[in-house]
Amino acid sequence: MTKLTYRDAVRSALREALARDPRVFLMGEDVGRYGGAYAVSRGLLEEFGPDRVRDTPLSESTFVGAGVGAALGGLRPIVEVMTVNFSLLALDQIVNNAATLRHMSGGQLAVPLVIRMATGAGRQLAAQHSHSLEGWYAHIPGLTVLAPATPADARGLLLAALAEPDPVLIFEHATLYPTEGEVDEAAGPAEIGRAAVRRAGDAVTLVTYGGSLPKALAAADRLAVEGVEAEVLDLRSLRPLDTPAILASLAKTHRVVVVDEGWRTGSLAAEVSARIMEGGFYDLDVPVARVCSAEVPMPYPKHLEDAALPQAETIVATVRGMLRRRG
Amino acid sequence: MTLVEREHALGLLRQMVLIRRFEEKAAELYTVGKIHGFLHLYIGEEAVAVGAMQALTADDAIVATYREHGQALVRGIPAGAVMAEMYGKANGCSRGRGGSMHLFDASRRFYGGHAIVGGGLPVAVGLALADTLQGRRRVTACFFGDGAVAEGEFHESLNLAALWKLPVLFLCENNLYAMGTALARHQAQPDIRLKAQAYGLPADAVDGMDVLAVEAAARRAAEAVRGGAGPFLLEARTYRFRAHSMYDPELYRTRDEVEQWKARDPIARFTARLREWGLLADADLAALEASVAAEIEGAIAEAEAGPWEPVEDLTKDVYARRTP
Ligand SMILES: Cc1ncc(C[n+]2csc(CCOP(=O)(O)OP(=O)(O)O)c2C)c(N)n1
Ligand SMILES: [Mg+2]
Repeated sequence: MTKLTYRDAVRSALREALARDPRVFLMGEDVGRYGGAYAVSRGLLEEFGPDRVRDTPLSESTFVGAGVGAALGGLRPIVEVMTVNFSLLALDQIVNNAATLRHMSGGQLAVPLVIRMATGAGRQLAAQHSHSLEGWYAHIPGLTVLAPATPADARGLLLAALAEPDPVLIFEHATLYPTEGEVDEAAGPAEIGRAAVRRAGDAVTLVTYGGSLPKALAAADRLAVEGVEAEVLDLRSLRPLDTPAILASLAKTHRVVVVDEGWRTGSLAAEVSARIMEGGFYDLDVPVARVCSAEVPMPYPKHLEDAALPQAETIVATVRGMLRRRG
Repeated sequence: MTLVEREHALGLLRQMVLIRRFEEKAAELYTVGKIHGFLHLYIGEEAVAVGAMQALTADDAIVATYREHGQALVRGIPAGAVMAEMYGKANGCSRGRGGSMHLFDASRRFYGGHAIVGGGLPVAVGLALADTLQGRRRVTACFFGDGAVAEGEFHESLNLAALWKLPVLFLCENNLYAMGTALARHQAQPDIRLKAQAYGLPADAVDGMDVLAVEAAARRAAEAVRGGAGPFLLEARTYRFRAHSMYDPELYRTRDEVEQWKARDPIARFTARLREWGLLADADLAALEASVAAEIEGAIAEAEAGPWEPVEDLTKDVYARRTP
């Protein structure tokens, strides 16, 4: 075990993949000379050279689409899109091509493409750099959508994505890059589609993922002081969703709060809630609650950004309200 | 020979100095935690905004990027409203919602402040379409970087504007880098001006470190656009002296290269020329610096004194008639 930052853990997986598999290459804006907008790929250009670590022009649609083509052509591209808001310029290639080609070709074609991007708010970057649109991508059949929340998962899920025969999107919450955790650099890929219990409890389940995990854990710590033991379930994979794990935790706690940085309307949190309605309704003591982002493009000032986002305090308050309404 | 009227020349110099000092102050305020998020400085590129904006009238529209403090100040958005915006205060020009990257002022036809690279170009085409369809002879000036030239929206916008003969002045601020990627490593054809040919647009390139050259080129271009000849692409060749934003280890260029460009500092160069022409005495320069310093002090005071928007108003201005 080594203590690594999330950023270094992603780099560790990238380096391992580049070293092990000659079909793997990394491309995206400023991944090479600049060292990556979030310094994830720093040093890789020097180590692997410009054929394998490729700086692209600002042409999201085309370099993501070129990733699709390179995957069709037998390579294992890893495409980095700087931020989820910029991935909207490549939405056509992701949704209309990457996600459909296997099916549309009657199973003849495969697009083993990994697309990584930063997501989320918390750094006062306002309304064109701060959104959490991973829930949108999780809507799309043909895509696998991962949201690692810990350094170990940042590494393990990237390795797992590279072993997939189909396109995988990985969302890295930008506030996680400097966070630290224990990582086993000898460990292989993590399992896709499996949620993880990050903290056990019996009073309520906090279902969350990505950048909201630290907030849910902080809320659970505060609740513990009041004698309320919250279970924290980290989804890790947004598509496929680990429905059995959600329902198993619900069966234990009978209460669920979903914490999701996406906007509430049409959110991933809504999907989790619907699955509970379908599969766990009779286990519920109280209705499912959601702590999501306020329905506003992200405002710049800190006090408004904080107010727009899920916070440990709002999670704690939601749980308290829920416990007052005993079923 | 004097090529420029004294009053006009001093006006140009003052605008460039205002941008420079304003941004130097902004960088300081960033390090002490008054300004947050991304802060992209224009330092080194002042001659482009100042020169180009001389060709515009109050009726014309401006669309800019996230590196737009210069355009905003030259357009006449009060420095206090710009600084308050960078603080995130409610008296900022976007009520604090946008910050440094999203300056807006509808009353001055300043349409942002766009932080998706290339995202402003189609909007400029639409503003020009609105003018054309409503019979107004106005120009929409659209600023963007060399990096934006790689986006599909650049090509689609040039084509559509040319196809429909729309009055857009496309102003490419070619500072030779898109973040850390040098022009020659993101463009197969690094001569940006040439790209206009493919879409049948007239184009010109100008030394973006020379405010008078930029002004002259922009006046020629704007005149053609205003006269109904359709869009025009003007490329200003310039250089950013500072980091891309406040976080940037600058691994992609040498100190030497930066120093060489600094030797062509548009403010120092213009100051020297004005002295040579006998248009600028030491006392003039001192008075100009003092008046700029006072304006910036006033701007900071306004930003400091400005109110924070109440949290209860969080979801204001998402819709005109509804709360979300
Ligand atoms: C669509 C999109 N992709 C990537 C980015 C990240 N980004 C912000 S500025 C920038 C470089 C832009 O370079 P250029 O257009 O030359 O403008 P400059 O910053 O040099 O003024 C990049 C890659 C973005 N904001 N939008
Ligand atoms: Mg540039």
